[in-house]
Amino acid sequence: MLRMESVTHQFPHRRSTVRALDNVSAEIPPGDFTAVVGPSGSGKSTLLLSLGGMLRPTSGAVYWNGDRVYDLAPNARARLRRKTVGFLFQTFNLVPYLTAEENVQVPLFLAGAAVSLQRSRARELLSRVGLGDRIDHKPSELSIGQQQRVALARVLSNDPQVILADEPTGNLDPKTGGEVISFLEELNREGRTIVMVTHDPRAAERATRRLVLEEGRIRE
Amino acid sequence: MRLTTLVSRELFERRRQLLTSFLAVFLGITAIVAIRNVTFFSEKAVARELDALGANVLILPKSVTVQDYFQADLHGAQIPEEYVTRLVLSDLQGLDNLSPKLSVPVEIQGHEVVLTGILPKAEFQAKAMWKGAGIFARPSGCGDVEGGGWLAPAPIQETLVRRRVVEDLAADEALVGADLAGLLGVVEGDTLQALGRGFRVIATLPETGTVDDARVFAHLHTVQELTASGSVVNAIEVVGCCSQISQGLVARINSLLPDAKVVTITQVVETQIRTNEMMARLSLIFLVIIVLVAGASIANYMYGNVDERRREIGTLMALGADSFLVVRVFLLKALVMGLAGGIGGALLGTALAVVLGPRLARVPVLPMPGLMLSAIGIAVVIALVASSLPARRAAGLDPHQTLQEI
Ligand SMILES: Nc1ncnc2c1ncn2[C@@H]1O[C@H](COP(=O)(O)OP(=O)(O)O)[C@@H](O)[C@H]1O
Ligand SMILES: [Mg+2]
Repeated sequence: MLRMESVTHQFPHRRSTVRALDNVSAEIPPGDFTAVVGPSGSGKSTLLLSLGGMLRPTSGAVYWNGDRVYDLAPNARARLRRKTVGFLFQTFNLVPYLTAEENVQVPLFLAGAAVSLQRSRARELLSRVGLGDRIDHKPSELSIGQQQRVALARVLSNDPQVILADEPTGNLDPKTGGEVISFLEELNREGRTIVMVTHDPRAAERATRRLVLEEGRIRE
Repeated sequence: MRLTTLVSRELFERRRQLLTSFLAVFLGITAIVAIRNVTFFSEKAVARELDALGANVLILPKSVTVQDYFQADLHGAQIPEEYVTRLVLSDLQGLDNLSPKLSVPVEIQGHEVVLTGILPKAEFQAKAMWKGAGIFARPSGCGDVEGGGWLAPAPIQETLVRRRVVEDLAADEALVGADLAGLLGVVEGDTLQALGRGFRVIATLPETGTVDDARVFAHLHTVQELTASGSVVNAIEVVGCCSQISQGLVARINSLLPDAKVVTITQVVETQIRTNEMMARLSLIFLVIIVLVAGASIANYMYGNVDERRREIGTLMALGADSFLVVRVFLLKALVMGLAGGIGGALLGTALAVVLGPRLARVPVLPMPGLMLSAIGIAVVIALVASSLPARRAAGLDPHQTLQEI
């Protein structure tokens, strides 16, 4: 279970500050599929990163299964992130000089998995997303849709309970975007919690719950 | 996937970008290794040369400037032969062999050659014994170079060449340098005509590679008598104990013979030693330059690399990489660069030294594994130190900023 309690985040900007999140409280029950929607600049990405243990809020607290995430030192948080959450990005953020297979292996490598396990698991996951015949391709040798599927396989490699996706369909055409959402639905059915930032209404509709952000505040 | 996979893939993928800093390390190490290697063997050559010279202190007239040791007695200026006696009878410690010389130009079979008068050792011994004191009453041999001691006299050729001293030489006997012997076609037992006197050649000398090869040696007193120069010499060569020389033997001889100039061989081969010192300083300067240039170049490259990989670093962090891992990614890369530049530079530098050393410094040069290893070590340390700040910056990047979508 993920919970945000009175989270406020201010970015220092020039001499003043920009308030990206303003006293946000939210609860995301396990197994939920939440869509975070709102206009550009409303604080969606900031919320997702705070929720994922990547950005310490200026004030307030983030709880993972009842523990305050930001009480942990950054490196301990990183290690916890390894096992608990998976991130999907709008621009996929694949490592450009690694093959599809190696990109999927990265989280396993970070978690200290044996090389043979890394290999078998990466291949299995790439087959699952329909890229079994593209394991040796670099990201630049894959289509946009294929790149996002590699990113999906990478998210799954450590079998995380929570998947945080920041506009995962933002760069995709409607058809491939729809495929990605279907895939997320499938993962949700497996019991994983999914929080997806999007400003695509059709994608948002397929979630079980919506959080609407406006100027850093949640609109009920 | 291992850390090495991650690092080597990135390195290989972007190899063109690190060419400059790699070259800085590679060429810098090449220069250091080449210079150090040649200098080492050049220093060794000087040491060997000093050893071959045998004599290591030279007593000259005050007016003489020393350019070339072997020509140091060819100047016409003179000092009294009596200086030899003064030295022999003094209580100076560390004097071994003395060899007074008087050199004059003469004509032999139509050739202009130098006749050098030398004093055989038998005469010092007689002098010393007669006075009952002096250098030959003391334990001797400290200034010896290997081969030939007092008790087992080496062949006359060896002793003159190596120890600047002959045991015995009669008034009408002569020794002929190798080149001159060849030129005149004389062999042992022949007679040479010089200064209106016939000299019996008792030996031709082995080749030394010095001007001695073109000289005739005869008894000092014969030369003095035939040239009517009186009891004078041009130079006195002395074999002194190295330990005594370093403890001020030269100064003590100087105070004993205030009107003479006393120099050591080290002063005579000074140009070569100076060259070596310059090379040593040069390699030090190179070391400083390479540390600065290569270090700055690597640091600059690494900062750029960190900047360029912000998103990748942020992604790794989002996937659970801690700061240690990020630091390790960059330091391992630095290690690879340092090793590659160091090993490449050590090999090329050694190759240059071995090939060019004999041509430039006229010394044979061999590879030096120890030098190569320390050069590699230096390269690695430079790369690691230069990359430590960029690596720390990478680890300290704000993951949120690095993931900001454009
Ligand atoms: N690093 C930053 N420095 C300053 N302001 C920032 C920074 N990141 C985001 N912001 C501001 O915070 C607000 C929320 O940003 P973000 O969470 O990225 O919005 P969204 O994802 O909804 O488009 C925006 O007004 C943005 O300009
Ligand atoms: Mg955003």
